[in-house]
Amino acid sequence: MNGKYRILLPVLSLTVLLAAVFYLQPRAMSYFGLNLLFNLAVPIALATIAQMMIIMVNDIDLSVGTFVSFVACVTATFLNDAPLLGVAILLASILAYAAIGALIHIRQLPAIVVTLGMSFVWGGLAVLLLPSPGGAAPAWIRTVMTVKPPLVPMAVVACVVIAGLTHLLIMRSSTGTLLRAVGGNAQAVARSGWSVTKLKAGAYALAGFFGVLAGVCLVGLTTSADANIALRYTLLSIAGVILGGGEFTGGRVSPVGAVLGALTLALAGSFLSFMRLSPDWQIGAQGAILILVLAVRLIFSRRGRKWKGAENG
Amino acid sequence: MEVATGAGRSMPDVPLVALSGACVHFGAMRALDGVSLTVSPGECVGLMGHNGAGKSTAVNVINGGLTPTEGHVRYGNEDGKHGTGAARARACGIRSVFQELSLCPNLSVLENLRVPHRDLTGFGWRKTAAARIAGALDEIFPGHRIEPGMIVGDLTLAERQMVEIAAGFASGPTPPRLVILDEPTSSLDASIARQLLEHVRRFCAKGGAVIFISHMLGEVFEVASRIDVMKDGKIIASRPASEFTQQGLIDAMGHVAAEKAAARTAVESDQRIGGEVLKTPEGLNARKGEIVGLAGLAGHGQAEALARFFMSRSGKLGRVKDPEVAFVAGDRGRDGVMPLWSILRNLTLTHLPSLTRRGLVDAVAEQALGADWKKRIGIRTDNLDNLILSLSGGNQQKVLFARALASTAPIVVMDDPMRGVDVGTKQEAYDMIRTEAAYGRTFLWYSTETDEVCQCDRVFVFRNGQISAELSGDGITEENILAASFQMQGTGA
Repeated sequence: MNGKYRILLPVLSLTVLLAAVFYLQPRAMSYFGLNLLFNLAVPIALATIAQMMIIMVNDIDLSVGTFVSFVACVTATFLNDAPLLGVAILLASILAYAAIGALIHIRQLPAIVVTLGMSFVWGGLAVLLLPSPGGAAPAWIRTVMTVKPPLVPMAVVACVVIAGLTHLLIMRSSTGTLLRAVGGNAQAVARSGWSVTKLKAGAYALAGFFGVLAGVCLVGLTTSADANIALRYTLLSIAGVILGGGEFTGGRVSPVGAVLGALTLALAGSFLSFMRLSPDWQIGAQGAILILVLAVRLIFSRRGRKWKGAENG
Repeated sequence: MEVATGAGRSMPDVPLVALSGACVHFGAMRALDGVSLTVSPGECVGLMGHNGAGKSTAVNVINGGLTPTEGHVRYGNEDGKHGTGAARARACGIRSVFQELSLCPNLSVLENLRVPHRDLTGFGWRKTAAARIAGALDEIFPGHRIEPGMIVGDLTLAERQMVEIAAGFASGPTPPRLVILDEPTSSLDASIARQLLEHVRRFCAKGGAVIFISHMLGEVFEVASRIDVMKDGKIIASRPASEFTQQGLIDAMGHVAAEKAAARTAVESDQRIGGEVLKTPEGLNARKGEIVGLAGLAGHGQAEALARFFMSRSGKLGRVKDPEVAFVAGDRGRDGVMPLWSILRNLTLTHLPSLTRRGLVDAVAEQALGADWKKRIGIRTDNLDNLILSLSGGNQQKVLFARALASTAPIVVMDDPMRGVDVGTKQEAYDMIRTEAAYGRTFLWYSTETDEVCQCDRVFVFRNGQISAELSGDGITEENILAASFQMQGTGA
């Protein structure tokens, strides 16, 4: 699939889903309605960007969900009561992410195993911090997350800003190019004298950073935290990256697509509620939507390959 | 030749790179055995040699990718600021263009330049990168249709190779002084290859230097001012190109041994060989009881031809018990041994369907089969239940042979099976193969070593993914194989 058309499918699937939602519930087509629809998509979008950083270097992170939960617990407790200590904990957790990235590369460990193990570590720490739901969101986060910009709701503005900034960082900057090169051909990068370990650690640190942002935003919206608050983010974030035109290997990712993918997934939940589908069926139906979109993409890429084959042959 | 006139214009007596007595050992293997070589400005050195002669190792020492175990590398124009190998070589303007593509397919052409060029940072780096790569492409390949913004994965193979070459010659933080081209024309067509050769000549005339590795003798003679011939990790001849002839070069690359083996097989093969049992679209064919060799330089389509044939004849439903083709892997780690299994379980793997009774493995029959093969091919172990990795490489390979030969398959496909096997085991394996062939088995044998290929009844030599010669009987000599592996005539001129 050509890089330029890669972004079309996430745009298309979001548009179709949005149109369906507006058709079922015309009142959603308002400032308040849109904010409600996309509010909870902001932390999902950030977590998806975090996952994208890892997929960009040909790894996968199964600990995003518990990491965001852990951050949410830190935010609702330490960041609220002792801001300095809270910030220090969050910085340390970003460093921990970088160290995991370096470890995975130096020891050539499968990322899937290491991050699965880490998910229990983060989950355990979260339970230690908040054995039962509680805590409180720091007032400034609450203010940021409930700000009401004119014309366009906060959720939409936030998503546009996230997509724009990460696009600049990953797709346009020279450092981002180098990080994508690691996913494309790590051997070539190493042969040019770069330290792949450092680059991978950098990608993981970026993932940690965006994971922290996701957790903080989530608490800003929910006002309190729980050790299991974001468990489903792991699968949502992987699905979001792939839905957004990314691929598991080869460093082919798209930050704009990832944000769109996250929005689509968040919207799919609302869509199913509007359809008055019983919550028991919702997860299955969400999966069905995902399979549908990916099937369309597979057909596209098959076609593209056939055309290319015809050109070359 | 215009090369000679421009030689050494800028800095006459300072060589760009000088290897003195460089040795590189990988375990017991000496990949480089005391190589001394200097490259001065204005020179184009053609580096020639057969598989495993040490060309790539020499190149990797020059570009700093490998540190020699003995001897040293010295660069001209050194400022002493850069400590380690690769960075030091880069700071001295040494650039490499490798045979296997080293671009990132997910990045655009200009973004790929970011990887080797460390100074491409900050605001506006894209513009600089685009100007550099477009400038180099325009200079080397006028009339190319590559935009700097194109994604490399969408380019054709030839275009990718052009980008890679252009990146090697592109101006950068340090201008290119010595460019190493390893098989640069392998996927270029004749007219584009010609543009490259002309650029190499211009580049050398301006005081640059090039190390040129190619299997196209015509190209080498066209651009090289000096030809260095490597064999067994040594440089065995280094003379101005004008003192070589194409035939003389082929002779210099070859060994003299292994003539008698070929003679012996020719005699007894008459009684053994029956009717044709296989034929592939690309022209490969073999008869019952025949040992057919696939030769040529590494990576010219032999392994792929074997794999294609094997895949077309295996994996069908219902043929598991009674396979048509058995496979002996050469890359043991990748497609040979099960590292966590015992010797016995590794040996009986393909034979399991006939050892199965009511869905379970018949342990007694398995033991018996293992003991039988242990005796027949002499696997050196006291207990077949030991882990496969407890064996030496040669004995592991014997297990893989046994795995294939224990099946009833009439055709055995071997993908360079003697890789890393000691001489004694090799002799045993040759005998084993000959015995099995006498029972009417057909062998397809890809090998990178000429003395192995000389064991065969018939040899197909591959070049650029196609069969370039079919040799049989007394015609199987190293000389003929070399001649067919290297392209003799000029480059379409």
